[in-house]
Order: sequence, then C-alpha cells, then structure tokens
Amino acid sequence: MNYNVDERGYYGDFGGAFIPEMLYPNVAELKENYLKITAEPEFKKEFDALLKSYVGRPTPLYFAKRLSEKYNTKIYLKREDLCHTGAHKVNNTIGQILLAKRLGKNRIIAETGAGQHGVATATVCALMGIECIVYMGALDIKRQAPNVARMKMLGAEVRPAMSGSRTLKDATNEAIRDWINNPVDTHYIIGSVVGPHPYPDMVARFQSVISEEIKTQLLELEGRDYPDHVIACVGGGSNAAGLYYHYLNDERVNIIAVEAAGKGIDTGESAATSVLGKEGIIHGSKTLLMQTPDGQITEPYSISAGLDYPGVGPMHAHLFRTKRAEFVSVPDQEAMDWGLTLSQMEGIIPAIETAHAFAALDVRKFKPNEVVVFNCSGRGDKDLETYIDYFKL
Amino acid sequence: MKQNRIDLKFQEDKKLLSIYFSAGFPNLEDTVPILKNLQAAGVDMVEIGLPFSDPLADGPTIQESSTRALENGMSTHKLFEQLQGIRDHIDIPLVLMGYFNPMMQFGIEKFCQQCEAIGIDGLIIPDLPVDVYNEQYKSLFDKHGLYNMFLITPQTPEERIRYIDEVSNGFIYMVSSAAVTGAQSSFGATQADYFKRIANMNLKTETVVGFGISNADTYQAAITHSRGAIIGSAFIKFLEKEGVESIKDFIAAIR
Repeated sequence: MNYNVDERGYYGDFGGAFIPEMLYPNVAELKENYLKITAEPEFKKEFDALLKSYVGRPTPLYFAKRLSEKYNTKIYLKREDLCHTGAHKVNNTIGQILLAKRLGKNRIIAETGAGQHGVATATVCALMGIECIVYMGALDIKRQAPNVARMKMLGAEVRPAMSGSRTLKDATNEAIRDWINNPVDTHYIIGSVVGPHPYPDMVARFQSVISEEIKTQLLELEGRDYPDHVIACVGGGSNAAGLYYHYLNDERVNIIAVEAAGKGIDTGESAATSVLGKEGIIHGSKTLLMQTPDGQITEPYSISAGLDYPGVGPMHAHLFRTKRAEFVSVPDQEAMDWGLTLSQMEGIIPAIETAHAFAALDVRKFKPNEVVVFNCSGRGDKDLETYIDYFKL
Repeated sequence: MKQNRIDLKFQEDKKLLSIYFSAGFPNLEDTVPILKNLQAAGVDMVEIGLPFSDPLADGPTIQESSTRALENGMSTHKLFEQLQGIRDHIDIPLVLMGYFNPMMQFGIEKFCQQCEAIGIDGLIIPDLPVDVYNEQYKSLFDKHGLYNMFLITPQTPEERIRYIDEVSNGFIYMVSSAAVTGAQSSFGATQADYFKRIANMNLKTETVVGFGISNADTYQAAITHSRGAIIGSAFIKFLEKEGVESIKDFIAAIR
C-alpha cells in the first residue's frame, strides 16, 4: 500500500481540494508549480543553504542516555527544538517563502494558533523583506502575548480573527478569505499538513528534511538507516509528517502518533481527533475532524495551544484508518509531567506539544535493543507561563 | 420528467432578481415567513442558506447571520422540518445554498431525497468542486431532479468556464469580483468588462451575478450583461434592521 499522496492529491480516502471556485486559480497555480520549482537545482541550493546557515541544520540526533536506561530501550531525540525560532515550523516557512518569491508574490499571509507558525512566517518575511500579515484568533492573541510581540517586532501585522470561536480554525478561515480577496499578489503560507492539496504534500516535503537527516545520522550511530519506532505529537501533524516521511512505506518502522486528550477523551474538552473525529471537510481537505452530528465544526481543547486543531492532516487520517500508525492520546496532566521529566532527566525543556509525544513511553513497552526516535519538535520557552502556573514554579 | 422550476423561470422574458438569506436568522422560525414575503414582493427565486460554523467564502454579514442562526438552533434537520409543505404556498424556484460538510454528515443521498420530497429545485455548494461533483455526485443529483449551480469569478480561466458551462444546468453563478460575499456600493469598469467578456462567450447556461449587489445601481449594472442578480448580505442587513414584514420595501427599492 502507498501511504504517501497520490497523483490526484489524495491519501487513500482523504485529502483533495474542496475549495470555493474563488480559490481555484490560487491553488491551481501552486499545484502546477510546486513540484517543478522545488526540484530546480537553484531552489534546492538556496533552501539547503538557508537550512544550514540560518536555521542551524542538521539538527542533532541525540542519544538520551538516562531516559534509555530508565525505560530499558534505545531512545533518540531529533532536536528540532534547536532550530532557529524554537521549533520545526521554520523548515516549512523557509521552503514556502522561496516558492512564493519564485511565483512573483509580494505579500504573505499566514494563520497561527499558539503563534509559533506566525513567528516562523514573520521571521522568513523579515529575512526576505516581504510584507507579512498573520491572522490569529482574538482569544489566542490574549493567551499568547509574547509571540504576538515577537511577530510585531519582526515587522509583521497581526490581525485578530473575530469570527466564530476566535481561535485557530477561525484564523485559518480569515486567512483563506484574505486569499480569496487577494488572489494575484499574495501567497498563503499554511503552517501544517492541512488545507487543500497541494498544501499537505508540500508542507510534508519541506518537513521531510527531518527524517532525511535521521537516515544519515542513524546509519552512523546504529549502523542502519531506520529505527524500529518513530514517535511524534500530532495536532495538524506537520512535525509528525516530517518525522514519518521517509519511513511511510518502510514497514520495518512502526509509526506512533500522539494526540492531545486534553482533560480526557470523554470530557468534551479534548483534541483527540482520531478518537472523536468523523470524516468530513475542513479548510478544503477531506479528513477526520471533530464536529457536531449536524456537521458544525467544534472547538477542541488541549493545554497546549499547538495541538488544539479540530482536524488532522489527511496523511494522518489515512495512517489512522489503514492502521499503519498507532494512535495514542495523552491527557494534559501526563503531558505536563513529561515536560518536567524531560527537563530533569535530559536537561531539555520541551514545548508542551512535544511533551505529549514522550508520554507514549508510559503506555507502550519497547524492547532493550529497539531504536526509538522521538521528534523533539519544539522548545518550552514559549510555554514557561503555563509551566509556571501549573507547577507553581 | 417534469421540468425544473429554474428552467421555467428562465423561460420568462425578464431579468431575474434572486434573494439569499441564512435560514434561522434573525429568528429560528422566520424561514417560511421570509419565503412568503419574498414571493409576495415579486422576487423570482430564493437561495436558502444552510448555516455552517466555518463559512470560508463568506464575508462578515453572512458569517454573523450564520453564527446567529446556529445559536438560534438551526440545523439541516430543522430546516427540512420547516420546509415540509412549503410547495403549498411557494411556487418560485427554491435553491439551497450551503457548505458540503453538513450535507455529508446528513448523508448526501438522504439529503437529495429530502430536497426532492420538499420541492427544492437546486443546490449551490461553494466548496464542492465541479470535478468532484461530476465524478461522484452528478448522477445522484440528476436522479432526484436537482440542479447544482457553480460559481465563476473574474479569475476563472476561459477553459474552465467552458468546462463548468458543459457540466452546469440551471444557471452559472457569476461572482462579481475577487472577494468574499458582502455589499459593495458600486461596480466599476473592471466589473463591466468582466460581465461583457462572459456575455460574449455565448455560454449555453444562463448567468446570474452575485456578491456585492446592494442597491438599484449595482443591480442594474449586474443585469445589463446577465440574466439576473442575487442579493445576500444587503438583504440580511435590512432584515435584521427592518424585520420580515418590511421585505416588500427592500425589493421595491431595488427594482
């Protein structure tokens, strides 16, 4: 079976481009050009050079000695938290800004929830001297003040999304509306493997540098270029897509996806889309999403702002339906405890999103000689206030 | 097979005025009174909006009315319940306009059956692309005598307009400008050129202009090169302010 995208833009039953006609020219332009442009040697050269000298790639694959001893298995962390701006998000924004430039766009829009993707977009726009507008839910603007300040400092305009629940999904709606209103000069940098085709594939390709590096690094460290397990947290799913990418069709590698259970699956305050979601359409993509029986999209909850998206990328919906990936959901409390554990056992303060992934160690046993690679997708600086409140630091 | 009311309407020798409203707004039970008042005021066709939580092709006015309608308790089931027996009172064409996700959750086949039973003539589903419709749903819609209308914009390439024309029945919904829904006070030369360009393509399907029509001026500009015009946001604003009983005043001011 193929677990990657097909030529029609689908992952099995999921994906496609369910977009209003007003968006057709924008999306068609991207679809017709993204593979051609990203395959050009000049593009690759510029992309690789920026990833190296600006982002700080390759990021280390670090053997977590104390954690490995405690869980009696071989645990590696892919240190995406060491990327410039503090998370993997920048891999994608670098790729998309270079693409936008080649498409002759002079205005960038983006959506953001916690502000991480907004910061990563504002950063590359500053780097290239391009106008940047970031849509952010009015509620999130209040909750994520430091990232709002970062975006402003980087020269971006932060526009509050006042509609609906005033969070990430509404910011995404607003960004799409902006793109409808500005179809010629604007490129929309989506931050995750969501949205209409070709976005999920395009973002996954830019993030695939994560597993590409792991192959080289593991060969050196373990004498083979594949691990036994790859584990990542999944909101929309971009860090997970990057981690899984080169192993999607390699069935020697077990894939584990960790979702945010929030206050618990059955509490009505959760973001575990694979358990609570049903097939439908969100932001132009057919996928699993949380909704009412009437088909109205509902507001998810997680203590980590980066995981509370009501849908999941179509790649992940396909991995779930075909059982290619194991899906695990982790409540707030366990994730927060893992934030502390990783800090004190390995000296790494993870983002709360990232901390969710590690909780897989509590529910899943690994053998002593197995190689387990976690995507350490982001650092915890942005979450300090939440950690302070939670642990009364 | 009996003729679709939309076709019959287009056979009349006149320009058509069509009105869009969000079902369940301003009040949950306004749907039928609004329809009756629109017909009495001489409106030629109505688009009944099925509210959605995330209407990404719509501007602030329709978003807001959609949100309010959902808060009032509107749902697909509720709307079908309200429309039972509507053909005893209303004989102008009725089109349901909504996003695809709520229809999927209701079940597309069941949705089409309900539409047919009630006497709905067609659907406008902004986020169901023409190719997906053509491959997966057209035969089902045909079976239930339902037309599906598609949108084109100033940016739609000619080749694609030809394709949409081929697949279309009823009418083609010409979006006036590259924008989400919402009232504009006037149309400029750009719009006039676009309307003319489409008129000169001699499409087999009739065209109706929508988005941005708010008054007699924009209505006149829209119908000069097309068969009719659809008003949404401006009507919804009026409805909220003046109420259902004043609908005839709104229509009288347009034409």
